[in-house]
Amino acid sequence: MKKSALIGYAVLLAIACALPFLVSEYRTFQFTLVLVYSIALLGLNILTGYNGQISLGHGAFYAIGAYVAAILMDKAGFPYWATIPLAGAVCLVAGFLFGLPALRLEGLYLALATFALGVSLPQLLKYHHLEGWTGGVQGIVITKPDAPEFLASLGLTLNQDQWLYFFTLAVTLVMFLLAWNLLRGRIGRAMMAIRDNHVAAEAMGVNNAMVKSLTFGVSAMFTGVAGALGAIAIQFVAPDSFNIFLSLTFLIGMVIGGVASISGALYGALFIQFVPNVADEISKAAPWAIFGLFLLGFTYLMPLGIAGAIRMGLARLTRKAHNSQPVENMIRPHSPKEENP
Amino acid sequence: MDALLHQVLAGLATGGIYASMALALVMIYQATHLVNFAQGELAMFSTYIAWSLIEAGMPYWAAFFLTVGFSFVLGVVIERVVIRPVEHAPVLAVVVVFIALLVILNSVTGWIYTFTIKTFPSPFPEQPLFGNKYMSSHEIGAICVTMVVLVLLYAFFRYTPLGLAMRAAAQNPESSRLVGIRVGWMLALGWGLAAAIGSVAGMMVAPIVFLDPNMMGGVLLYAFAAALIGGIDSPGGAVFGGFLVGVLENVLGAFVIGNELKLAVALVLIIGVLTVRPSGFFGKVHVTRV
Amino acid sequence: MKRTLLPIAALLAAALASPAALAQKKYDQGASDKEILIGHINPYSGPASAYGTIGRSIAAYFKKVNEEGGVNGRQINMISYDDGYSPPKTVEMARKLVEQDKVLLIFQPLGTPPNSAIHKYMNAKKVPQLFVATGATKWNDPKKFPWTMGWQPNYQTEAKIYAAHILKEKPNAKIAVLYQNDDYGKDYLEGFKAGLGAKAKTMIVKEASYEVTDPTVDSQMAQLQTSGADTFFNITTPKFAAQAIRKAWDSGWKPAHYLNNVSGSIGSVLRPAGLDKSVGLISTQYLKDQNDKAWANDPAVVEWTAFMKKYYPDGNLVATENFYGWCVAQTLVQVLKQAGNDLTRANVMKQAASLKNFAPSCMLPGIKLNTSATDFAPIESVQLARFNGTEWVRFGEIMGK
Repeated sequence: MKKSALIGYAVLLAIACALPFLVSEYRTFQFTLVLVYSIALLGLNILTGYNGQISLGHGAFYAIGAYVAAILMDKAGFPYWATIPLAGAVCLVAGFLFGLPALRLEGLYLALATFALGVSLPQLLKYHHLEGWTGGVQGIVITKPDAPEFLASLGLTLNQDQWLYFFTLAVTLVMFLLAWNLLRGRIGRAMMAIRDNHVAAEAMGVNNAMVKSLTFGVSAMFTGVAGALGAIAIQFVAPDSFNIFLSLTFLIGMVIGGVASISGALYGALFIQFVPNVADEISKAAPWAIFGLFLLGFTYLMPLGIAGAIRMGLARLTRKAHNSQPVENMIRPHSPKEENP
Repeated sequence: MDALLHQVLAGLATGGIYASMALALVMIYQATHLVNFAQGELAMFSTYIAWSLIEAGMPYWAAFFLTVGFSFVLGVVIERVVIRPVEHAPVLAVVVVFIALLVILNSVTGWIYTFTIKTFPSPFPEQPLFGNKYMSSHEIGAICVTMVVLVLLYAFFRYTPLGLAMRAAAQNPESSRLVGIRVGWMLALGWGLAAAIGSVAGMMVAPIVFLDPNMMGGVLLYAFAAALIGGIDSPGGAVFGGFLVGVLENVLGAFVIGNELKLAVALVLIIGVLTVRPSGFFGKVHVTRV
Repeated sequence: MKRTLLPIAALLAAALASPAALAQKKYDQGASDKEILIGHINPYSGPASAYGTIGRSIAAYFKKVNEEGGVNGRQINMISYDDGYSPPKTVEMARKLVEQDKVLLIFQPLGTPPNSAIHKYMNAKKVPQLFVATGATKWNDPKKFPWTMGWQPNYQTEAKIYAAHILKEKPNAKIAVLYQNDDYGKDYLEGFKAGLGAKAKTMIVKEASYEVTDPTVDSQMAQLQTSGADTFFNITTPKFAAQAIRKAWDSGWKPAHYLNNVSGSIGSVLRPAGLDKSVGLISTQYLKDQNDKAWANDPAVVEWTAFMKKYYPDGNLVATENFYGWCVAQTLVQVLKQAGNDLTRANVMKQAASLKNFAPSCMLPGIKLNTSATDFAPIESVQLARFNGTEWVRFGEIMGK
């Protein structure tokens, strides 16, 4: 990693740590949600951006993660922090299992399968035989965690929102490091090779089936961890929280943030957290119309997402300075159906 | 037995709804190789236009054909104005544009016409056909209209040079350009035709489900499933798929697993079939070349 | 408790009437000499955006109140946010209203799941969550949740009234139930079964649920019809109610048809379904129906129509939501009037819990709002009505408390 990049990350982390002391509790809560969404978007990006498998139903894995956390806390008395790895594990398995049949599906067909998953899961959560666990249509109310006592003995008093923010920030850092490591390693290269040309990847000795299913599992795990954190922050889960529009929102966040970009997850999360509020401020009559216009505007101005635009901007700057490096390799757009207009 | 017959016929009636929307999806796919998520909302919006015309005193069929024409123009304009700027963007960006269109159309319609349900007139007689108690005349009439659209669409792609050019433009834009097909206009034309077909679907669906801005929200998934199970490049397959989904869902809901999970189970079955037959029942099998 | 509260409330009211009381002004955040700032959360986007118009009619009513001088000389300013009927967004918006906009109270958040999501928060912060727009039973729990209060008659009470009517009129009825598969549908169903008591198991021969995303309920209606039921309890929202009424008629099934109050509107349900097909429907009412001929010249409906023309000209005169919004906003104004110059949150809740026979003109004659420190359910009475093809004909006594 370049030195300048390292300094950049350090500054970013310092800002992230200072944030809850500079803004109100309510804003801290909002930024907690941004972090939560960024993990979910990162999960979706691993699947769609890096592996080329589209998902219109990632809200389902977010919901599973949220319910695992809520059920463990409410029914089994688990501490909140212990539910995070378990939610991740459950989603890893669920994603892997879903990925197996999905192996045979590509493009539109996978879109339908995942769309169907996103629509069906809330109905499954309401199913009367599962009511004992899920609370049915009423959902589950959980308690927001306090900051641990040892912090107070160290002289650091944090309120609930600040503590949850730091807790989420820590999980976010772990997840981002995990993703970064995964994607630049052997598995990451295999994932991208499959995306770019699955026949060639197979020929080069990549076990396509295994890698694709595993990617589905890992992607679901990220999103599930986000779901669990989201449930703890909101203190409530119900089928209505996870309708199909949540899945579409994740897709929007990923594309607007930047496909196949780790930092894009963060930009996308900022977008899906704050832009709907802006739309609501502008018009009570038709807030969705305003939101739609924002979507159009962003896609027109930055077809490669915010991350793509930033990269291009930076590349242009450095090219001016050095007048050497070509930029093509950085902006290569990816899509499952690239050959089409 | 009576119960089964009742469910099957009710399934055919709702299946007709899915089939008519699935045709619009097949149309847009044939022309652009993409599935437009806003297709249902476009159809809903067109139906409101027809409603306004009829409220203003226009006779039904005049309003019907005027709306079809208007929708065609609307489709072309949307392609030229909204879709053209992202022509070279990655597919996922185009999907986001579709979602944007969906929310804009839904929200604007709600704003203009409010969300209170409206009755939409049917061109078919009020009395049920042959005194049957299972399907209304409109439901039977709507299925017939879908069939007419199907035949027209089939003939268009099969026998007209334009239809052929459109398919060529979607399948291989580069070569099509070389043989003198104006690919850009083909895309716009595809959008126009899909919107026109959608408007027919909307006007046939509205008398059954009542007209409201969320009329097509639930239908899209079914139509999508229907189009794929039948074969996304086959209009006949899409209609067959629509009926299949409608009947399957009803029979499952009434006799097998209950209403709560009927959608989920129907979808699992469909996806199961697709993993075995990826091109659907009537679709062409594609061979990938290395 | 109940006994001591009454004279206190009376004393308070007397005290407020006298100018001497004006000296003792008490405010919590959001209230001042000039204004009362209230928050409001409603779905303006998303699957439940049909209810968005409630928020607009409420805002229009406050505009009217303000133009006429406000409440005790203070302007009501309402900040309304969109939650898209998504509970996480409701939490965010409630926190924004309380912590950033610093409102005095949150009025009329809509839907059971969104309200459940903020229930604990509002009570922990001790901010009134007033007159929530849902009929779930759990909002009447002053012991555990002293800062939350419902408004409309709860679903279970209403369902029990139908059950009692069936038991009386048709003790051997075979009943089919159609219900929306969510909190609202299940609450009704639960109340209905409780009302039938031990006979519920034998009397209900078929239940069928539908999802709001279903295009039609035809399949469910066919299931119910073939069950051989002669009585039909229809727990559906307007679009599906209209479909079900029409289907029941078209398929030749002529059950005794009980329709939940949610979909009793002549303008937005029965007329689309067909007035001739709606003859004989039995429902309950607590509000006047602005589209019912019976009320065409009623002063309340005339006043409402004038109000809509002036303050909400884009509003739909057929939509019940607009009448409902006008009506519930009047209740809040009454509470704020009673609170006088003591605009603390505690006093607002106290006044909300001391409504005595408040009968705004939008209510059916004889229906009055009553609350107390132990009773957080303002409207608890409804009246049965039968549709005769042109209007709802009320019959029997006012039921409930």
